[in-house]
Amino acid sequence: MINLAPIWDWFRTLHETTGINLTIFYDAFDRARFFNSFLTSLRLMGLSLVASVLIGVVGAWLQGSRLWLVRAPTQGYIQLFRNTPPLVQLYFFYFALGSYLRMTGPHGLQVPIISSFTWAVIGLSLYAGAFNVEIFRAGIEAVPRETVEAAEALGYTRLKAYAYVILPLAFRISLPALNNNLVNLIKTSTIAYTIAVPEMLYVANQIWSDELNVPEMMNVLLVIYLFLVGVLVFVMTRWERALRVPGYTP
Amino acid sequence: MLQRFIVAGMAAAGLIAAAGSSPAQTLDKIKKDGVLIVGTKADYKPFGFRDPSGAIIGFEPDLAKDVADRLHVKVQIEPVVGSNRMQFLQQGKIDLMIATMNDTPERQKVVGIIQPDYYASGVNAFVVKKAALKSWDGLKGQKICAIQGAWYNKPIAEKYGADIIAFKGTAEAETALQQGNCIGMVYDDTYFVDHLNDPKWADYEMPLESIDIAPWGLAVKLEEINGPWGQFMAKTVADWHKSGKLIEYEKKWKIPPSPFLKKMHAEAK
Repeated sequence: MINLAPIWDWFRTLHETTGINLTIFYDAFDRARFFNSFLTSLRLMGLSLVASVLIGVVGAWLQGSRLWLVRAPTQGYIQLFRNTPPLVQLYFFYFALGSYLRMTGPHGLQVPIISSFTWAVIGLSLYAGAFNVEIFRAGIEAVPRETVEAAEALGYTRLKAYAYVILPLAFRISLPALNNNLVNLIKTSTIAYTIAVPEMLYVANQIWSDELNVPEMMNVLLVIYLFLVGVLVFVMTRWERALRVPGYTP
Repeated sequence: MLQRFIVAGMAAAGLIAAAGSSPAQTLDKIKKDGVLIVGTKADYKPFGFRDPSGAIIGFEPDLAKDVADRLHVKVQIEPVVGSNRMQFLQQGKIDLMIATMNDTPERQKVVGIIQPDYYASGVNAFVVKKAALKSWDGLKGQKICAIQGAWYNKPIAEKYGADIIAFKGTAEAETALQQGNCIGMVYDDTYFVDHLNDPKWADYEMPLESIDIAPWGLAVKLEEINGPWGQFMAKTVADWHKSGKLIEYEKKWKIPPSPFLKKMHAEAK
């Protein structure tokens, strides 16, 4: 274990000499809670990222269904979640739906079954998922009709053709737009602070209320989000390049 | 590309810096505009709350009105919350802040807190009766709702081990409390007084002694604390204590008599 105390002390000296007050380094309590908030943010982003892409893939398939009864609810879901503000959705889940989903907890009190963190993951996934469905649909529609017909001629069922022929091509076409939406999802995850999910913005808000170091914490948040979005964009661009089909131009 | 990005960033930073440095005298500005803009709470009955028409009324809006009357200008009330009130003052969005703010040494470095203080409150916990809370140590590991920006959130988490879940305003925190997201709520004891006789809150109680009784200060911009505007407000608050105006408003809004106000009134005579 490396001794980090000199680094923490350096930040204390920085505060005493320059007035730049980064308590998240030298104050053990603030350090622990900010680090935990960083992990909470990562978990929140990771889970809703994966879930929203899954919703997109499944939704785009359902949207192309021949059955009206499958298409209509999918369309309804997209319109509802794409056309309402994410903050309103989150409040609806946490305060409106949450008040019905309750069970008896300790002290014989009625406590919520679903935690604020889970609600945030559900809310963000459904919100970003609605956009992902449309993004994948755009990709599917860009797959040449002849290719789909060729797959059908070879005896592929609808599901098999979707999984082995259409989706792999559509996914490549969709990646730039998907990339955009996932960057947006990472930034939107900060709204979880309104329902008291201890993610970074929430904890930063607590810290600057206690220590009154608003500019410092704002800059810390800015740098961390720049870094996180930078990592996502880097990975997505690399993936885009790795998946490229040489010579294929739809 | 990178160079251009840096240049754009520096230009933006320059703009922010330029906007921050305006040495305008607030008192002159108020007299020129004929309007005094005061930041008060809008979710803190009876100190600052909305009447059925949506207007903000209460103990603190009354004080704001009194200041405006002394200056012969109109008053405009701007709702603030714990986590933005000091920033609003620094940015010049409000001229004066009367927003149930505790006077602490750290805050005195950020905003100009007028002496003497105008009120005092302690911290207390409003908890569900079924939790049978007996002491502050009983909060250990329990989920407690709170308001973002309250100075005692951190000490209560550190000292008593409470798991603080803080919301933006009292409406959200109380909804979370009623829905069982937490067993109780910590906030100023003065805030809960109104709840104890409310049938809506019959299942809740305030069983503990108030802790950390601290004075409330109204505030102006830090640079103006010793300027004409700061001095005017210091004189006004001293006069409120001397004339018994604060005690009169306390009665008007049915707030239980505060020992702090009695002491200040007696000393001022």
